[in-house]
Amino acid sequence: MKFPHSSPDRSIIRGSLALLSARIPKVLSRALRAKIAHGQAGNSPPFSRGGTIGLITLLGFLCLVLWSNSLVAQTMLVRPEVPGYDPPDWAAKVQQAAPRSWWREYLDVAILGLGIAAAGWLGLVRRSRRGLLLLTVASVLWLGFWRKGCVCPIGAIQNVSLAIADANYTLPLAVALVFALPILGTIFFGRTFCAAVCPLGAIQEIVALHPVKLPEWVDHVFGLIGYVYLGLAVMFAVLGTSFVICQYDPFVAFFRLGGSLELVVVGIGFLLAGIFITRPYCRFLCPLGAVFRCISPLARWHVRIPPEACIQCRLCENVCPYNAISPPAAPLRPSARRTARQRFLMAAAMVPIWVLMGGVLGRLVGPILSRADARIQLADRVWLEERGQVEGTTDASDAFRKSGAHPDALYAEAAMRQLQYQQGGMWLGIWIGLVVGLKIVQLSRYRTRDEYEPERSRCFSCGRCFWYCPVEQKRLGLIEDLAPYLPEAREKSLQPVASASDES
Amino acid sequence: MSTMERGVGQDSARIAATDRRGFLAEGLRTLGALSLAGGVGFLAGRRGQEEILVWQLDPDRCMACGNCATHCVLTPSAVKAVQFYPLCAMCDLCTGYFDLGHLRLDTAAENQLCPTGALRREFITEQAGVPRFEYHVDEPLCIGCGKCVKGCAMMNGSLYLQVRHDRCVRCNQCSIALACPTDAFRRVPASQPYLLKRKARMLLAHTVSEGPSG
Ligand code: SF4
Ligand code: SF4
Ligand code: SF4
Ligand code: SF4
Repeated sequence: MKFPHSSPDRSIIRGSLALLSARIPKVLSRALRAKIAHGQAGNSPPFSRGGTIGLITLLGFLCLVLWSNSLVAQTMLVRPEVPGYDPPDWAAKVQQAAPRSWWREYLDVAILGLGIAAAGWLGLVRRSRRGLLLLTVASVLWLGFWRKGCVCPIGAIQNVSLAIADANYTLPLAVALVFALPILGTIFFGRTFCAAVCPLGAIQEIVALHPVKLPEWVDHVFGLIGYVYLGLAVMFAVLGTSFVICQYDPFVAFFRLGGSLELVVVGIGFLLAGIFITRPYCRFLCPLGAVFRCISPLARWHVRIPPEACIQCRLCENVCPYNAISPPAAPLRPSARRTARQRFLMAAAMVPIWVLMGGVLGRLVGPILSRADARIQLADRVWLEERGQVEGTTDASDAFRKSGAHPDALYAEAAMRQLQYQQGGMWLGIWIGLVVGLKIVQLSRYRTRDEYEPERSRCFSCGRCFWYCPVEQKRLGLIEDLAPYLPEAREKSLQPVASASDES
Repeated sequence: MSTMERGVGQDSARIAATDRRGFLAEGLRTLGALSLAGGVGFLAGRRGQEEILVWQLDPDRCMACGNCATHCVLTPSAVKAVQFYPLCAMCDLCTGYFDLGHLRLDTAAENQLCPTGALRREFITEQAGVPRFEYHVDEPLCIGCGKCVKGCAMMNGSLYLQVRHDRCVRCNQCSIALACPTDAFRRVPASQPYLLKRKARMLLAHTVSEGPSG
């Protein structure tokens, strides 16, 4: 008969120890102790008789264990009745530690709401880069280091996805608000949340000491990663695998002052790169940033650069590290317009094809993603072990055998999950196809503009542009005269004033 | 380049286009804001507040690998050993208490498994020459390393690990869950945040059916 609850060697240990310490009189237990005590000294054991009795009893006991192993309780030592002794109340002891109260979470939500309102006010009304920077520091200190970057609006995407997919998972109200407030903020104020409230964005904004401009295609191409990441995160959350956004958050190790080595290295890498490439996480990875890029063009209010008529000095374009300033663009000539329209229609017609391709590819790739799943890994392992194709066992397979479940049930479960991953992969592919298709549509669009304007999807509302804008500086009374900044003057005088103000 | 050079007709067409776009944006914004608020409100309001989930580890899956001590975002970990007294056989030679590899088995620190001395034993009585001890976890000292749990698993397994919810900060994704080799972590309702071993559940069911034995 197979011993279903533990491996045989363990049952022998368990049986013998059980036997020696309680089933037979104290003398044997003392003998064991003496054996242990003398064993290492190499003395011949003085209790061979006890040993023999022990061995015989042990064999008998083992038979007993094997006979009755289906009833776990019977293989255990019996708790002795001790008259007059009242054992501690285990339930009270274990369960007295009730979950911590939720006021901290609600405080965080309130602070987040205040922060979003403050960022909107500082960016849109006060137009103060300095104020935004101060808010950035505050956010890193409070939401980052004090609250250890958890729960954040980016991660909350996963909670919402899980709540939609799994009716047994309740979305805590605090998490729901953490998810909704930044999106609402962005719907109304543009990405002022990203500018100063998000702790991940904030820490990157602070280290951006020496921004360099990247070519624009980098933003377009690598920006797509954020959408892929979003799709992956939603898929893994829906399937209940894990919350990958939290798992691979590169800055959380800083906020917590500790974490796995790989993540610390990645985080340092991001921060070092962030000195030059401003906000690498935000621009290329952040899944919420990807959502915001779609929302913020619709924002009710958005930061504007010149408070009055633009003088076309191009300082804002120079200073924006995010390639987010679009220069004025004249309307196209009719012939050029026709080709532009044709290109646009072409791109739009391609979208379904991209979607279809993505779906097919995703279905094929789905099973690869399933390797991240713990149950599928376990099923693989158990399968190999059962067929003797690998040596030994792992903690996971040991635990599985201890649970007494049959491998076939596990295989069936794994096969089911494999199917789910296939389906999930298909949806992920459809999503990616859609994103790529729409990106091309977006790139083939042409818009006319009168003045320098932040390209809303890429603008983080960081405030550098209007901080440098001479018209704004005049409004604030920092400079008297706009004449040196006019394009003609700058061309003539080799831009002495402009470069001076660049450095300041 | 400048606005002056453009025809008036073109300008008014553009203004109309801008108006249309503004109107569309307004509609989308309102729709978006309302559906966001509605959707999130629905999801959050679907269950009562007490059904909110917290992380807990299933003691039947746990192999006491030690990751619980090292992978929690808190130091010391939010996971600690707990004693389910009704299962403890009150052994003299406790395999969760003693480090069996040592020469002498007394209560000196080097002979104990627990690295922090968090597992305490209390002499209760002697029955037929067999001393009986009760084993307690001194929670503030316990670091959740699971050594005692592993030791005790050779006997009755009355000691096991649990996330202590007065400490756990409820990470969105529990860091230990990611590191747990046996996938023992799952979300459980906050109103019943502790899990029992199967053995313990069986024992309790047994006691209840026979009536409390006092
Ligand atoms: S893009 Fe993402 S990480 Fe960056 S500030 Fe916005 S929400 Fe935060
Ligand atoms: S990580 Fe998992 S197996 Fe290891 S001690 Fe914790 S619950 Fe047990
Ligand atoms: S051995 Fe480890 S888990 Fe057990 S009481 Fe000591 S510190 Fe806690
Ligand atoms: S949720 Fe966080 S604090 Fe709680 S046990 Fe897991 S890692 Fe530790």
